[in-house]
Amino acid sequence: MTAEPVTTEHVTTESTLRSSLHGMVADWSSDQRSFKSASWGKAMMWIFLVSDTFVFSCFLISYMTVRMSTTVEWPHPSEIFALEIGGKKIPLILIAIMTFDLITSSGTMAMAVNFAYARERRKAAILMLVTAFFGAAFVGMQAFEWTKLIHEGVRPWGNPFGAAQFGSSFFMITGFHGFHVSIGVIFLLIVARAVWRGDYDVGRRGFFTSRKGRYEIVEIMGLYWHFVDLVWVFIFAFFYLW
Amino acid sequence: MTDASVPQNVAPPPAEVPDVDLYHAHSWITKYVFSQDAKVIAIQYAGTAITVGILALVLSWVIRLQLAFPGAIPFIDANVYYQSVTMHGMIMVVYMLTAIFLGGFGNYLIPLMVGARDMVFPYVNMLSYWVYLIATLVLVSSYFFPGGPTGAGWTLYPPQSILTGTPGHEYGIILMLVSLILFIVGFTMGGLNYVVTVLQARTRGMTLMRMPLTVWGIFAAAVMALLAFPGLFVACLMLLLDRTLGTSFFMPSLVELGERKDYVGGSPILFQHLFWFFGHPEVYIVALPAFGIVSDLISVHARKNIFGYKMMVWAIIAIGVLSMVVWGHHMYISGMDPWFGFFFAVTTLAIAVPTALKVYNWVLTLWHADIHFTTPMLFALGFLVTFVNGGITGLYLGNVIVDVPLSATLFVVAHFHMVMGIAPVLVIFGAIYHWYPKITGRMMDERLGKIHFWITFLGAYAIFFPMHYLGVLGMPRRFYEMGETAFVPASAATLNIVITVIALAVGFAQSIFFYNLFKSLKYGAPAGGNPWRAASLEWQTPETPPGHGNWGQQLPVVYRWPYAYSVPGAPEDYLPQNAPPMRGEHSP
Repeated sequence: MTAEPVTTEHVTTESTLRSSLHGMVADWSSDQRSFKSASWGKAMMWIFLVSDTFVFSCFLISYMTVRMSTTVEWPHPSEIFALEIGGKKIPLILIAIMTFDLITSSGTMAMAVNFAYARERRKAAILMLVTAFFGAAFVGMQAFEWTKLIHEGVRPWGNPFGAAQFGSSFFMITGFHGFHVSIGVIFLLIVARAVWRGDYDVGRRGFFTSRKGRYEIVEIMGLYWHFVDLVWVFIFAFFYLW
Repeated sequence: MTDASVPQNVAPPPAEVPDVDLYHAHSWITKYVFSQDAKVIAIQYAGTAITVGILALVLSWVIRLQLAFPGAIPFIDANVYYQSVTMHGMIMVVYMLTAIFLGGFGNYLIPLMVGARDMVFPYVNMLSYWVYLIATLVLVSSYFFPGGPTGAGWTLYPPQSILTGTPGHEYGIILMLVSLILFIVGFTMGGLNYVVTVLQARTRGMTLMRMPLTVWGIFAAAVMALLAFPGLFVACLMLLLDRTLGTSFFMPSLVELGERKDYVGGSPILFQHLFWFFGHPEVYIVALPAFGIVSDLISVHARKNIFGYKMMVWAIIAIGVLSMVVWGHHMYISGMDPWFGFFFAVTTLAIAVPTALKVYNWVLTLWHADIHFTTPMLFALGFLVTFVNGGITGLYLGNVIVDVPLSATLFVVAHFHMVMGIAPVLVIFGAIYHWYPKITGRMMDERLGKIHFWITFLGAYAIFFPMHYLGVLGMPRRFYEMGETAFVPASAATLNIVITVIALAVGFAQSIFFYNLFKSLKYGAPAGGNPWRAASLEWQTPETPPGHGNWGQQLPVVYRWPYAYSVPGAPEDYLPQNAPPMRGEHSP
């Protein structure tokens, strides 16, 4: 690598960029499909996630707006979100665990996708159950944090620590995110069951949809799950670190 | 790109995806009620939308009666008036226009026009309709709750919308917000279907640049809706929390009826930003499908290819992109930094460029064309005139200094009714007359159709054209009663009476349309597969009305664009998209 002159490397990147641009133009001007490697389901999930990104963006921008426009002081995150362990206040400890938990679940999800495509049904299903467990644990910790804050007097309409909008936006946005995680857990359990039973090998039809599923659903599930994780990183940054 | 030495229209590449495993309905219920067939869902959507549309039409009479004869009709008190204004606006914009264009025409036409068997996710598509129906029922149910529906105006601006002075503050506003949230959830399911069907489920040979402009318009509108509705979703959820839990997202500290409310420190302007981030794209969510449909109507009934097809497509995309960054022009008088006003005025006026381009192309399509004055064509021409009129007043209102005195007057009402009320409704009528033969297999009565057109078109003009004048006089919108107002001359009251009488007449005249619609179902002349001799794919189905799965055994293969009219050397004056290529043909 070091022996190669810098200019050549530069030219190579440029030409790969150009050829991939050409490839994209070719795909979009072709018939049948614009995303050649994406199935219907995957394309739909990606587009849904773009739309959902706008939902979360609107939430976060609204949160920033109310936080900046309120005249009352905003509660201090490192004090509000501290846990008392062994008589010592440790700031952001719970949230660190929650974030770690959710990011770990992204890892197990990715492994589940890999095993599903390899048709290792048991492993894929178990990893999805593990992912669901991490997700449920996350929601559980969130419930714990909500309970703690509510005990301390934080309410959607006001709190003793400062601006009323703190509680409003905190409960609304973490609640909306927690709702996403919960939906994800439910679908993970459903898909894990189908994978475990081998529904996608025998072509068993869905109870509601009367259609055959494919192992790809695990990857689509994964897309959603990673998205929910990614959104959490933003919520985490804007709520707990700002 | 075109090279004469390369043979054009070579056979398209082989199918990339295996044909779909269609769900076949077994019972009457799954075939016609909980149907997963896009065509049935389309009719359900359109039927529901038209039904609530009639309710909204009746509400507009209530508004007009009050404006013409203030206080003369006993049951129209201030509350009823404001509730009618609110429900009329919200139903027409969201539950009628958006639903009929995307849910109705989108569902029916997208699969047929791109050569798909159905939408890509028929089950989700079915859910979309049922959630939409529930949303509509929730909204209408507010009439049966104490206090009635909300009277906050269709923009639902806080703080006024959730305070006790506003009619329907008990349940009406809550039901309205819940209904909107449901509508957005339902729409998202449908919208994902429309977008993915267009992108991923086209037939062999159907490139994006061979799609009819109808599909382009609906596709662009669906993409925009998926990006714009999140703004409304968030605004509704936050307003709902303000109303029910007492949060203060939008509510500042205020005193109401001598009592200090618990709200503190919220930002009402934030709601306006979120609302109009949805609200302005919404105008184009309604207009872009109308643009697309009207392009096809003009091309088919003028027997000529659409002028500047590629430009038309890029104009649709440009309008879609620009319309996401103009929402501030609804807030010039809300108090904003002049630089923002400058920015929003520039982007707003910039939209006029692609829009004017489309208008020129429509006119140039008509130039030297073999124009058949059929009912759909009349409605298309009516749209052109109305839309240009409404668009030009839009230039007035896009300028900050002109907008400030005209804001909140009847001029604004006249403007948006011309541009996003009458114009799209004319297209809806034209489209129904145009595609009715495909949907039912029978023609609608042309004579009744023409009577319906002239009454609707001239009547709508007679209603909204004088309204500009009232607006310039300074007559404010949304006022229950003018009372003794020095700057409004007495003649304005006379004009208001004239407008109201015409509005009632035009409203009743729509029964001609409904009579025609239902009569033709049974007594209309059999249409055959392609009565308009149109080239686009939906007219080439093996059965009319198209059967389940649309295309029989074999999916169609497309060899050219949908505007091959008056092609030299062709056996007829049009070449269907799926007809095998002619020797030496140079269609795009």
